[in-house]
Order: sequence, then C-alpha cells, then structure tokens
Amino acid sequence: MAQPAIDCDKLARRYGRRWALADVTFQLAAGRVMMVAGRNGSGKSTLFRVLSTAIRPDHGAGKVGGYDVVDEREDVRRISALLAHQSYLYESLSAKENLDIVARYLGRDNEAEVLERVGLSARADDPVSTFSAGMRKRLSFARVLLQRPDVVFFDEPYGQLDPEGFRLVDAVVGELKARGATVLIATHQVEHVVGYADCSITLEAGRVVGTEGALL
Amino acid sequence: MIHALRKEFLLQWRTRAQLMAVIVFGASALLLFSFAVGPNAQMLRQFSAGFMWLGLLLSSTLTLAESFHAEMENRALEGLMLLPMSPRVIYYGKALANWFQLVLLGCALFPVMVVLYDAGTTDLLRLFLVIALGTAGLSAPGTLYAAMTAQVRSKQTLLPLLLFPLIVPALLASVKATSLIVLGDPMQQLAPWIRLLAAFDAIYWSLCGLLFGRVVEE
Repeated sequence: MAQPAIDCDKLARRYGRRWALADVTFQLAAGRVMMVAGRNGSGKSTLFRVLSTAIRPDHGAGKVGGYDVVDEREDVRRISALLAHQSYLYESLSAKENLDIVARYLGRDNEAEVLERVGLSARADDPVSTFSAGMRKRLSFARVLLQRPDVVFFDEPYGQLDPEGFRLVDAVVGELKARGATVLIATHQVEHVVGYADCSITLEAGRVVGTEGALL
Repeated sequence: MIHALRKEFLLQWRTRAQLMAVIVFGASALLLFSFAVGPNAQMLRQFSAGFMWLGLLLSSTLTLAESFHAEMENRALEGLMLLPMSPRVIYYGKALANWFQLVLLGCALFPVMVVLYDAGTTDLLRLFLVIALGTAGLSAPGTLYAAMTAQVRSKQTLLPLLLFPLIVPALLASVKATSLIVLGDPMQQLAPWIRLLAAFDAIYWSLCGLLFGRVVEE
C-alpha cells in the first residue's frame, strides 16, 4: 500500500487543562479530498494547526506526506499549506507586496498569475487595510496557491465569501485534486462540501466520532 | 536573508512616521535630563554620553516593541514560520532592520546632545563606530525579547524589564567609549572598550539567533 498523505496516531493537544484534540487516529490516502466536520470548538482548527506544524501536539504522532510534524517540520512546511482563520497578511502592504514576500522566500515568480486566479488583479497595488473580509480571504487563497502544496489544509474556506467566491473555492479544490494534491477542508458548509468530498470525518470534543467514505 | 531584510525595510518605510516620533521622544528625554542637572555646563558635558545612551535606550524599547506589531496583526509571523525556511532568517532580517533604525536614531540624537550639553567631537568616524556597535548590542537581544513579549498584553512594560538587565554590559561599554570620544582619551582606553563592545555583540547576535526559533515556535 502506498504511504498515506496524512497519518495521525492518537494525536492529542490541550490548551491549559482542556483537551482540544484527544486520541485522534486516522489515515488519509494521497490525492483525496476529505471534509472535517464538527461544531465550533470540536477541534477542527487545532487538528489543522497541529498537522501544518503551527503548533506541536502534546501526545501522539502525526505525519504529513511521510514527514513527522514534530521532528521534520521544515519538510512538512515544504509540501503543505494552511488557509487559517487568520489571513497572515500585512495590513500596510499591498496585495502584490504580500504575495511578493512569500514568492521571494519560495523562489516563485507567479504572483500575477495567482492574483488573476483569485480575481484581485485590479486591486493588486492597494493596501490590504482597504480590503473587505472577502477580499482578504481571496488573497489568503492566493498565498496558498503560490506555495503549490501537495497537502492543503483549508480551515473554513467558504467563510466571508460571496457566491462567486464559493465557485472559486470549488474550482481551486477541483484543480488541486486534478493534480493529485490531498485536500482537507474544515467547514460548516457540510451540504455543499459533501457533494465533492471523497470522504469525511466528524470531530466532537476533540475526538473522531464518525467516518464516511474510504479514507484509504 | 536579503528577502527578509527587504520585507522589513518595506514595513519600516510604510510606518516611517513612527521613527520620527521616536526621535522626538529621544530628543525630549535628553532635554529632560538637562533640566534634571541644571545649568551646570561642566556636569552636563561630563554626563552627556550617559544621557545620550539612556535616551537611546528608552527610545529603542518603543522601536523594538513596535517592530513586531505588524507581525502580530493577522498572525503574519506564524504565516512566515509555516514557510519552509529557518526561523533564523526571519530573526536576522528583523534584527538587522531594527539595528539600522537604532543607528539612525543614534545619529539623530548626537546633534541634540551637542546642542544641549555642548559635548561635541570631531572624531565622527569613531563615534559612528561606537553608535553602530552599541545599537547592535541593543538590537539583537531587543528583537528576541520583542518577539517573546509581542503577544503579551503589557509588552511595553515587560520588554524593558527583560531587556535592561541583559544589556547592561553593552550599555556600560557604549557609555564609556562615547565618553572617551567626547571628553578625550589621554590613557588610550577607547580601543579596549570598543573590543569589549564588539565581543558582547558577537555573543548577543549568535545566541539570540539560535534561541529565536525556540522562542517563537510552540
């Protein structure tokens, strides 16, 4: 069997005395689109933050693309990207300058192309502080696309977006899937995502309480 | 590294009005020190180096604390940390940019010192060297502690509390070296103080670079 893109083994993380993740165990094959469902505070964002190496787990082990999320962080970061609740953008810089920072670090030169892809070309030189919440979300999307990741964590990708933005997310996920990337989507738009996701897990109080579809 | 430095200069340029405010703050501090001593020209001149470095130190805490403001606004620092590169690149970019800003601040405060305390010198090259080395000693640990305290609510209080004890050796060497340049150096003591300052800088810059990753990553 091929190596899974995501491998969680009793992954656990706590904030203070509260366990946000507890014994989360699952494997996900490469190239799948998986929906992560659950109420607010169920641990979806924490799971994504642990797997993307933004925070460390307190117990258990996690691997992304075969790389350990604690010991091989730089490798995990090389192949994955996180669309988080926070935009990761500099308010005083323009959309183009924000992408330019990431592009230079990664040695990419396709900022104009991704700005066009998310529909922000006309506002490329405007500072992010003048952007609406939806436009910031689109720019964060552009930031993820710039990284050309093999594994993508989308945390509430539809939040703050208009219907056109919804179509953009669907198209981007479709493109990522077509080129073999693994996509995890944490969302409350369950009815919408279930239409195209290959599989799903449901979290409750930090534990996996349900699985649908073939993860492997 | 160049990319990190470029980003920092871009952010500094967008908030350049803040540097002017910090320079005015430093100049005001020097003015207040002169009020404290009174119209004793001899004493003012004697303490001028100490006053200048105290003014620079107080102003630097504002600059250093503010340097992580943009990084924390939308968790931009976390976004950078999630890119496949060493945290040291981010640290040295930030520390170098802060150093540049503190050198500017030092160069701006020197004429104020000359006017207020009548403590000038023609040895500007060596004075610039001391300002550069002294501010390097503030910038390296200051950037590290600014990163540590950036997410704390009382960062403006906590940063000086943590920073001041650590930079005492560099501050003493800077004051002594500046004083020797301004008041004269009949015993040829300047070179050892500059060497001491450079040694502290080397320790600060290497240690803080190593520790930065541990400080900002969970």
